[in-house]
Amino acid sequence: MNAHRASQRVAVSILAAATFLCLAIVAFVIGFVLEKGLPQLSWEFLFTKPRDMGKAGGILPAIVGTLALSLMAIAVALPLGVGTAVYLAEYTRETRVTKVIRFGTDCLAGIPSIIFGLFGYIFFVTTLKMGWSLIAGALTLAIMVLPTLIRTSEEAIRSVPQSWREVSMSLGATRWETVRKVVLPNALPGIVTGVMLSFGRSIGETAAVIFTAGSSFRLPKSAFDSARTLAVHFYILAREGISTDKAYGTAAVLVIAVLAVNGLTYALMGGFMKRKAR
Amino acid sequence: MKASSDAFVRRLLLAVACTTVLCLLVIAAFIFKEGLPFLLKVGPGNFLFSSDWRPDSGHYGILPMLVSSLYVTFGALLVGAPLGIAGAIFLSEFGPPALARVAKPAIELLAGIPSVVFGFIGVMVLAPIIRGAAGGPGLSILAASLVLGVMILPTIMSISIDALAAVPQSYREGALALGATKWQAVRMVVVKAAGSGLLAGTILGMGRAVGETMAVIMVAGNAVRMPRSVLDSGRTLTANIALEMGYATGMHRQALFATGIVLFVFIMILNGLASSALKRRAGKR
Amino acid sequence: MTPKVEVRDLRVFFGGEEALRGVSLDIAANRILGVIGPAGSAKTTFLRALDRMNELKAGCRTAGRVLVDGEDVYGPACDPVALRKRVGMVFAMPVPLPLSIYENVVYGPRLNGVRNKAELDGLVEECLRAAFLWDEVKDRLGGSGLKLSGGQQQRLCLARTLAMRPELILLDEPCSGLDPISTARIEEALSLLKERHTIVLVTNNTKQAARASDETAFFLMGELVEMGPTGRIFTNPSDKRTEDYVTGRFG
Repeated sequence: MNAHRASQRVAVSILAAATFLCLAIVAFVIGFVLEKGLPQLSWEFLFTKPRDMGKAGGILPAIVGTLALSLMAIAVALPLGVGTAVYLAEYTRETRVTKVIRFGTDCLAGIPSIIFGLFGYIFFVTTLKMGWSLIAGALTLAIMVLPTLIRTSEEAIRSVPQSWREVSMSLGATRWETVRKVVLPNALPGIVTGVMLSFGRSIGETAAVIFTAGSSFRLPKSAFDSARTLAVHFYILAREGISTDKAYGTAAVLVIAVLAVNGLTYALMGGFMKRKAR
Repeated sequence: MKASSDAFVRRLLLAVACTTVLCLLVIAAFIFKEGLPFLLKVGPGNFLFSSDWRPDSGHYGILPMLVSSLYVTFGALLVGAPLGIAGAIFLSEFGPPALARVAKPAIELLAGIPSVVFGFIGVMVLAPIIRGAAGGPGLSILAASLVLGVMILPTIMSISIDALAAVPQSYREGALALGATKWQAVRMVVVKAAGSGLLAGTILGMGRAVGETMAVIMVAGNAVRMPRSVLDSGRTLTANIALEMGYATGMHRQALFATGIVLFVFIMILNGLASSALKRRAGKR
Repeated sequence: MTPKVEVRDLRVFFGGEEALRGVSLDIAANRILGVIGPAGSAKTTFLRALDRMNELKAGCRTAGRVLVDGEDVYGPACDPVALRKRVGMVFAMPVPLPLSIYENVVYGPRLNGVRNKAELDGLVEECLRAAFLWDEVKDRLGGSGLKLSGGQQQRLCLARTLAMRPELILLDEPCSGLDPISTARIEEALSLLKERHTIVLVTNNTKQAARASDETAFFLMGELVEMGPTGRIFTNPSDKRTEDYVTGRFG
């Protein structure tokens, strides 16, 4: 018996050590970037254009490019994602068609971003002659984040109590009226969670973006202009050794953005869970 | 009147729902259209098993990249899987719930951090340490494995936590009632019951490792050579595509798309394995 | 007088299972029909067949005919959405929609395109009064329907159904989760409502059927055992099984 207790103690200690190592890694990654990067941040860095290939100046075009690209991608993917989720959760039962759709969604989720980059380049940039542009990058990203949006939206829709649908239908609402008036408003927090996750993914994506949106320094004037996102800018600064300081600064901005998005998502999900528990 | 408009909405939504499948098909079609003719012309055997990659003189063998990818992927698994699964077991079975509430989102945060940032930390911190401690260039298969291992942690950990949570409480109680210690109950009953879920998490983590590009480019060294040890520089399939895509034309570009096909097929196999592992779990319940 | 609802050989199947096994009966206008029977006797399935709510569940098939005012509910010309506007339903558990009290009541009328504020206001007061809820909530119509007590919620659901001005009201064990006072309120409301509506009241409480209904139908194992004036069913049933049930020997 004592031997069993001792082996339990050893095993649990090892597991605990592994857990704390994981947490230490998280703390180190975030701490390291912020420690090196925060001193680089200033109004000038955030709100001026880069000079001298990025050796000096700021990252304004990259911030604008990142926001424009992410928002465009979500604007395209959101209706598709929510529409698919509504179809899967409300308009059909499990059939061969839904199996195919679910399988397609899973596959899409697993495709590495470099493949999306290749595809976006050959399809949007070359075949559809969009060139390196925000629009080509956004469409590529939209396909990438679609599975996340579908999954989170479907989960949110399924968490709406069945009885509310029955009541709505018993009062003479059509399926679609029920979806619009009862289901979607109450699935909203979950759908927003999906949007935030997609937003986070778009901000950090590099491989798919660099081949589709390009890496122009200039402030994009329209959806057909090439643009450089923060992640791409950071990659070029770091990889080509242009400026380690500016790279750290950009990394800090990226990490802060990710922290903000995750924090917001977590707060939203917390509220959502509380509501569900009621 | 109303019913017919509802039928219209249904058809519209079905069409929307099919876009995912359509996207998948178009992606596959374009990658294959660009890469397949090349693959057939050079021959899959020559392409996969020759270690001579000199596109400017018409030699297209991706064996070194294939081997590097495998090294890096399994290296990442050696780092990420034990840590992720051990962490998941501790958080769901032994640790205080308050710790799990904090630790889970903290580790999921890792999934949100851009891969380029991981790569950069690998370059600035890890590579010098490896160079100092073990020699070699520093930027190496080992560095890439460590960085990727950390990157796939959240995938493995969160799927493992879900799998453990799905094990019915009665299993634990049953084992404890027979006089097992908590560790015995976890080791012999809970982990076994969650086994296919843990496996699925690991396979999906593997998929992430195979497909990761930017971080690997930054830390793996990218030499087009057969790696002889983990301290050697190596170039993965993904890195090969990303590094040469910028200037490749003609046959060379087709060769990169053919590399994409290899990657695509590999990922699909991994996804199939993971989903059949998850299905097995669902079937067992 | 022709009956409000004629049910002919109504059968409902879930998967391969026949839940409702060939029921035929007539429901007279402006009366309350009480439907009693032990759990699993398909009372609810019968009720939900009247406004085609069963078909929202997977694997459900219905055979036979239900005529409301002579129109076949399962005929090709019948739109279930239009049908459900004429036939109101109150469920066993009170289910307010996650909206304000006011918006709960006007949910149906708004679907019908009523936009006029004065009309909606009038409707809200009328229906809440008819459901004996007005005095308790008139000062907080903008408050959430979810914040009411169980008994108030169920009366809100009744008011919401009334706002559709349904000809036929179906109640599925509406008082099963309520205290005696709330139950009395709802029964009182029903006795006034039958002047303008036809009511079917499914209940697992035989005493409620005895108190509230004009006619009573006794269901057992998916079949209609017998139906007749409530007084006769409870004092002089013709079937031994009915007698056993109403005297409390089983169920």
